[in-house]
Amino acid sequence: MSDHAPSPQELVQITYQPKGSTDWLEPVATLSKGRYCYSAAAKNLNAMDLPNPREWQPFEEDWKLPPDWQKIILNGMQARLKKFRSFRLFMDICVRCGACADKCHFYLGSGDPKNMPVLRAELMRSVYRRYFTVAGRLFGKWAGARDLTVPVLKEWFYYFYQCTECRRCSVFCPYGIDTAEITMIARELLNLVGVNVNWVMEPVANCYRVGNHLGIQPHSFVNSIEMAVDDIEDLTGIRIEVPINRNGAEVLFVMPSADYYGSPHYYTLLGYLMLFHEIGLDYTISAYAAEGGNFGLFASNEMMKQLNYKIYAEARRLGVKWLLGGECGHMWRVLNQYMDTMNGPADFLEVPVSPVTGTRFENTRSTKMVHICEFTADLIHQGNLKLDPSRNDQWRVTFHDSCNPARGMGLLEEPRAIIRSTCNQFYEMPENTIREQTFCCGSGAGLGTDENIEMRMRGALPRANAVKYVQQRHGVNMLACICAIDKATLPTAMNYWVPGVEVGGVHELLGNALVMQGEKERTTDLRSEPLKEKEKEAPVHA
Amino acid sequence: MRKKIGILAVLLGFFILVTFPLWHSVGMRHSLEPPNLVLPANQKNCVMPVAYMRSSHMFLLLNWRELVVRHDQHTFRSFDGKSYNMSLTGTCLGCHNKQQFCDRCHTYMGVQTPNCFNCHVDPMALRGGMR
Amino acid sequence: MSPLRAGIAFLLVVLVAALAYFGAETAAVRPLLADILPYAALVIFLAGFSFKVIRWAWSPVPFRIPTTCGQQKSLPWIKANRLDNPSTKTGAWGRMALEVLCFRSLFRNTRAELREGPRIAYSEDKFLWLAALAFHWSLLFILLRHLRFFLLPVPHWLLGMSALDGFFQVGAPGLYITDGVIFLALLYLLARRFWDAQVRYLSLLADYFALFLLLGLVLTGIQMRYSDRVDLERVKEFALSLTVLSPHISAAVAPLFFVHLTFVCVLLAYIPFSKLMHLGGVFLSPTRNLANNSRIQRHINPWNPPVKVHTYAEWEDEFREKIRAAGLPLEKE
Repeated sequence: MSDHAPSPQELVQITYQPKGSTDWLEPVATLSKGRYCYSAAAKNLNAMDLPNPREWQPFEEDWKLPPDWQKIILNGMQARLKKFRSFRLFMDICVRCGACADKCHFYLGSGDPKNMPVLRAELMRSVYRRYFTVAGRLFGKWAGARDLTVPVLKEWFYYFYQCTECRRCSVFCPYGIDTAEITMIARELLNLVGVNVNWVMEPVANCYRVGNHLGIQPHSFVNSIEMAVDDIEDLTGIRIEVPINRNGAEVLFVMPSADYYGSPHYYTLLGYLMLFHEIGLDYTISAYAAEGGNFGLFASNEMMKQLNYKIYAEARRLGVKWLLGGECGHMWRVLNQYMDTMNGPADFLEVPVSPVTGTRFENTRSTKMVHICEFTADLIHQGNLKLDPSRNDQWRVTFHDSCNPARGMGLLEEPRAIIRSTCNQFYEMPENTIREQTFCCGSGAGLGTDENIEMRMRGALPRANAVKYVQQRHGVNMLACICAIDKATLPTAMNYWVPGVEVGGVHELLGNALVMQGEKERTTDLRSEPLKEKEKEAPVHA
Repeated sequence: MRKKIGILAVLLGFFILVTFPLWHSVGMRHSLEPPNLVLPANQKNCVMPVAYMRSSHMFLLLNWRELVVRHDQHTFRSFDGKSYNMSLTGTCLGCHNKQQFCDRCHTYMGVQTPNCFNCHVDPMALRGGMR
Repeated sequence: MSPLRAGIAFLLVVLVAALAYFGAETAAVRPLLADILPYAALVIFLAGFSFKVIRWAWSPVPFRIPTTCGQQKSLPWIKANRLDNPSTKTGAWGRMALEVLCFRSLFRNTRAELREGPRIAYSEDKFLWLAALAFHWSLLFILLRHLRFFLLPVPHWLLGMSALDGFFQVGAPGLYITDGVIFLALLYLLARRFWDAQVRYLSLLADYFALFLLLGLVLTGIQMRYSDRVDLERVKEFALSLTVLSPHISAAVAPLFFVHLTFVCVLLAYIPFSKLMHLGGVFLSPTRNLANNSRIQRHINPWNPPVKVHTYAEWEDEFREKIRAAGLPLEKE
């Protein structure tokens, strides 16, 4: 862990009582190290044709903004006010009731008042008032308006990259004001003057050119998949086949790239592949559309569209009938709420029908893309899988709803149905920390980088705290989730706040429990850890 | 476009509601003049000045009730020095006709018949007309 | 900062009251307040309100972005939450109704506290919801009750409503429940802005101004009904004269009424320029009024921009040798 991170004991010296003497209209003086991400490298901006590529860092005094940066931003605001009703409305109608104030994981983990969603939005709103409203033009700071200055811009960068676009605040807002929406616009505006973070822009550039976030080229991609095939053979004795770029398959399966290069994501990949083999799915994966994740979502709607384009394009090229998507949070926000609008209509595909159960997925009849949890839950419900939940007995499981499937989709019961059928020990975290009220991992929306470690650990505090509750109460040692960013960043957060809890995917648990035809007796789970010995029958007490 | 028209239609509906009193009055055939209150012919003054009685007679009546029922006082000295028996039926309704005085204004103002009259009868109405 | 903002807001409201009070006693100003101000306020309200709503309406909703607060509709054996995560238009209407009439989202409110451990504890906090609901419903009742000054004859439903509001039949004139409720609710909402450190920190002058103005309005109303009564028959005469566009007010109407009237006019004219536009905005919020059916039905973005894409052919050209070496099929050999 980087040296910026204080210890958990130091870090929880937090108060939720902002000091009344300071005025939030004053921009913060310094950007605190450990709470922001480094700037985007010029090569990545060039790759995406983005303005103002240069060498700079947020901790430097001079950000090398273009000379007319104010005009660029204000014109950008004007244009977006005309393009997004959400933006215009959310600028106008907030009553500052404060219901959202203590709903943000970053506020709960930092106590920094500007992490209250309402104030995060006010950072933008104050500029909106100054240049776009009568009251703000006339009365300035008395109307809560402020000039767009360099310190204000720096504050935007600081706080709009301390928001993971998780939408939890929006659940509690009486008008549904969604800070994610404001953050997205703010980041688009910052992009206009070349203020971006590398942790977003590099994956975007890689994904655009090569096909996945890490820039893994086709041959390495194939190697990763072959490694998975080998591991499955070691585990089960079954040699499976994984078609790549195969024309004429029925289904194109798209997963977040972390599933084939990250850990513990990798075990989820094993789970998918075992499942597909077991049910004899006629499918293919693609080395071109090799990324389900879409960091464009964290940059701008145009970039989101650019990256998302590949999925339908590849489905058309390969002539598949429908699409299946893996475990990933923000990927599913894009697939559920943006893909069809941006790159549809998918009229060259057919309404998805499970080849095993015959279930027609009417809820996807336009987009034609099914979530793997919907697909698997249906298989289990119809009794098409043979499962041995005791092979997960080493795990006492709780489920972390990922922000986007929860609040941008409503995928709550499907993963739970799978966990209940594949695990004997499943315990829910407290009510206000799951389902639509779930807490973010603290590293979403492109913030999961090492230099940002302090803020990430702060943001993870509410989630980790709820995990700790079930750990103490039920001995939970597995935090299951369906999001690649969760899987990448929650292990660090668990280590920091709740040592002793592992993180895994729902399809990893499925892979453990799935009894495959002709498999040898398993001695380990997908992680190559020995299975828990079956306990002897407990003596019956009279 | 259809959605915009929908929003405009709802907006228009809201404005019609907000300005409802204007349309309502335009449609009225009858006069909007305040009611013609028939004043007692044989009295020049009430127990209190007219302005007070117009705005606050209910306070006076409640006060009378309090004094009579709880304190057994029955005589009220008016602002012009006269003595009156504190009685709605006997004194007030002795001069004022309920239908032509009290009710007209109450109806105009949308004041529902106060529960005073649940007990207090209108002696003039009983006698069948004005004195 | 906050006390200063609150203080200035308070003084502004006092200033409005003073101007109205002394204006009412000044022969040159009195007709201005009674005959012109109400129309001016109404025109500003209507024009400003339409301007804002039209500007919202003319900004498109490019993406279908409901905040889903319950189980989606997917498999038939999983019970979907039809109100908190509607998949149909009807469901979305239901969700909006819950939101507008019952303040559904505010009902979820909790309060977080950091305790030893560290342990973050969340407790129910329904007071904001209760006060907000009480305030808004009382305001609606009171507004409707005031129609008795503008309508002749007074319709029966209005009499019935007033009777309901005066259900307890306390005193004369009868005590209206809503008068007490709105006063207490406003007092709570104001006190919150002082006591709650988070809300105090973020409050702006405008937040206090709206509360003080409403409190002023309510208090002058209460004062005129229960203590310093004005000649209501003449007030009604004035109100009716406004409805036929030939305003005149009797000299007998006390200045207190002018303060009340001016508060109403200021409030009305202030709405379009302020956060009080949430009155119209709440209906247009795309995170609430859309069905979560974007996989069922394609949502259209009117400005869906053309973007530069990286096609398969370009990708294959760039990585041809590696694709071949990995044994993957190629489109062009």
